[in-house]
Amino acid sequence: MDRTTIDLWVGIFVALGVAALLGLAMKVGNLTSSKIGPTYSVTAAFENVGSLKPHAPVKSAGVVVGRVDNIVFDSKHYAAIVTIKIDKRYAFPKDTFANIYTAGLLGEQYVGLEAGGEDDTLKNGDKISQTQDAIVLEKMISQFLFSKASESKADNKEADSKAEPSTKAANVKSAVKSTELGDPPF
Amino acid sequence: MIKSKLLYSITRTLRGIGKRMIERIWRLGAGTRLFFLTIFYSGESFKRFHLTLREIYFTGVMSLLIIVVSAFFVGMVLALQGYNTLQKYGSSEAIGVLVALSLVRELGPVVTALLFAGRAGTAITAEIGLMKTTEQLSAMEMMAVNPIARVIAPRFWAGVISMPILATLFSMVGILGGYMVAVPLIGVDDGAFWSQMQANVDFRTDIVDGLIKSLVFGVACTMIALFEGFDAPPTAEGVSRATTRTVVISSLTVLALDFVLTSFMLVI
Amino acid sequence: MTTNIVEIDNLSFGYKGRLLHKGINMVFPRGKVVAIMGGSGSGKTTLLRLIGGQIKPSKGEVRVDGEVVHKQDRDGIYKLRRKMGMLFQHGALFTDLSVFDNVAFPMRELTDLPESMIRDLVLMKLNAVGLRGAYNFMPTELSGGMARRVALARAVALDPNIIMYDEPFAGLDPISMGVICDLIRSLNDALGATSIIVSHDVKETFLIADYVYFVANGEVAAEGTPHDLMQSTLPFVHQFVHGEKDGPVPFHYPAANYQSELLNQSSAK
Repeated sequence: MDRTTIDLWVGIFVALGVAALLGLAMKVGNLTSSKIGPTYSVTAAFENVGSLKPHAPVKSAGVVVGRVDNIVFDSKHYAAIVTIKIDKRYAFPKDTFANIYTAGLLGEQYVGLEAGGEDDTLKNGDKISQTQDAIVLEKMISQFLFSKASESKADNKEADSKAEPSTKAANVKSAVKSTELGDPPF
Repeated sequence: MIKSKLLYSITRTLRGIGKRMIERIWRLGAGTRLFFLTIFYSGESFKRFHLTLREIYFTGVMSLLIIVVSAFFVGMVLALQGYNTLQKYGSSEAIGVLVALSLVRELGPVVTALLFAGRAGTAITAEIGLMKTTEQLSAMEMMAVNPIARVIAPRFWAGVISMPILATLFSMVGILGGYMVAVPLIGVDDGAFWSQMQANVDFRTDIVDGLIKSLVFGVACTMIALFEGFDAPPTAEGVSRATTRTVVISSLTVLALDFVLTSFMLVI
Repeated sequence: MTTNIVEIDNLSFGYKGRLLHKGINMVFPRGKVVAIMGGSGSGKTTLLRLIGGQIKPSKGEVRVDGEVVHKQDRDGIYKLRRKMGMLFQHGALFTDLSVFDNVAFPMRELTDLPESMIRDLVLMKLNAVGLRGAYNFMPTELSGGMARRVALARAVALDPNIIMYDEPFAGLDPISMGVICDLIRSLNDALGATSIIVSHDVKETFLIADYVYFVANGEVAAEGTPHDLMQSTLPFVHQFVHGEKDGPVPFHYPAANYQSELLNQSSAK
């Protein structure tokens, strides 16, 4: 085998590999979308962050404006301090509202920013004071079911009605738990 | 009489197990030594890089066909199976994510490594084993040419360079295969296929981790193939056994390493 | 400059507790063709490996050009090996390289000669073994005798001081054998080198050797010029030189009594 032929083939081989990697990066991966320019970071305290993780998107009006940098536990206030990095191109008022939302019913959690009305904007190191915690589905469902149960207890005086709703609640609770624990298979 | 026979067979079995264990550990040590020697003498072989290019041709380019064809089929099967399950939950658009993530994270590196062990690894073992059997390595040594620098190192680096390229190609072609099944055949929406994929495949944690895996597999598979060839008894039977061992040990090592690497990557 | 280019001094070598050589003494004077003869498995090839520094002796030493081989580091051994050329039993040509590239191999690996000069040198070496016309063949396309000649051209590619031949006549037809025989002698004299031949082919070896060592049971059993050895009355040498079936080297490998082994089946188990 001639040396130049080998060089040619190896060149084609490497070029194919680079092309495939570029294809993966651009077409398959989120390299293009996750590119954030220079950022500034702000913190927000939550009582419960649910399953929010570092690198989770920060969205405003549905557009990704930043990423969660890290999450630490503040043992003084027993709260979670979430540091988020926001693209410098986007300025937010000081009274911006930070929520933790879930994408879809079982999707990953992200931070949603709702702009307030103040003129002053958030700067590097500022703290967002208005926050809303992550919704914990099972907590919500059990609250809902318990309130239902107490309603029906007031309405209905029959003896067997007491046991039924609580078992129902337990059933729903366990069902919710199992879907939460088992991540989607991919 | 019977008692002593039983005792004898027990001690013989135990001795056999012990001997095998020692043999295995010895091979591990000898293989590691060869690995470090290869790294140590790599500088000499890099001075004449066309040797490595030549080996990239034989291990990488010659494996292209089998990699591309199997990737295409693997991608198509993934899409079919994935669709079958996903449509029950009404989320058949997620098929792109399923195909891409399984390929980029697992199947790309692992199946490529297994195919590589079967296609290129055996070729390397047989070639080195035959070179040893026909005294070519000895002849080289007697000519004051270091066989590790001249024969082993170029093949090692060729394998290490080829594997990630092959794995990347595998993933890409596999995704295209999945696309061919999902979009024109099943009728999943074209835009949803790609956008769902892009939203859920992360460059750093998925694609780069896959590349790291295939790089590690490349080192392991090539080194195993080289060591088995280098260590093969200089007979026809010895070489054929070494070739078989290359496939078996490479496959097991790849699967075990995959578990270790995956658990590391998911934790960090 | 000593008169002997290679000296083997009280050399013992063995592995796994079994001694293959027990105190061997040999000298190889410059410019001579010296043969080491002995039955199969008598450790002749191992002697060549010891001279080449591929293995270390258990006791004693081998000196090449006055330097003790096994006390050299890697660079030292490689330096010594550049003075040596070796013809392996089956040629050991690199099967992935053409005849030309095989002969050019040591020049390309060990020298910085320009490619045009390498070309001329390779053609000269190939011409010397009569295979200039086969320069672009692959080793698999060569007959056994031709492969051996190419290997010989490769062994002398860098004009070594010592040329070692491991069974150069084994498995060749009479014509090729005669050609190789001639080549060994003529190359030795043309290069002013020293040749060490390991062989068990009595006729050819005696034809070209200046001096012959007989190795048996790990010792030098006899030595002398071919003429002396032909006349030797030592039983072993006589048996070997004349190819007799039975003698000091018995036909039968040591075994239990034939009759009792056949009759008493349980003892065979």
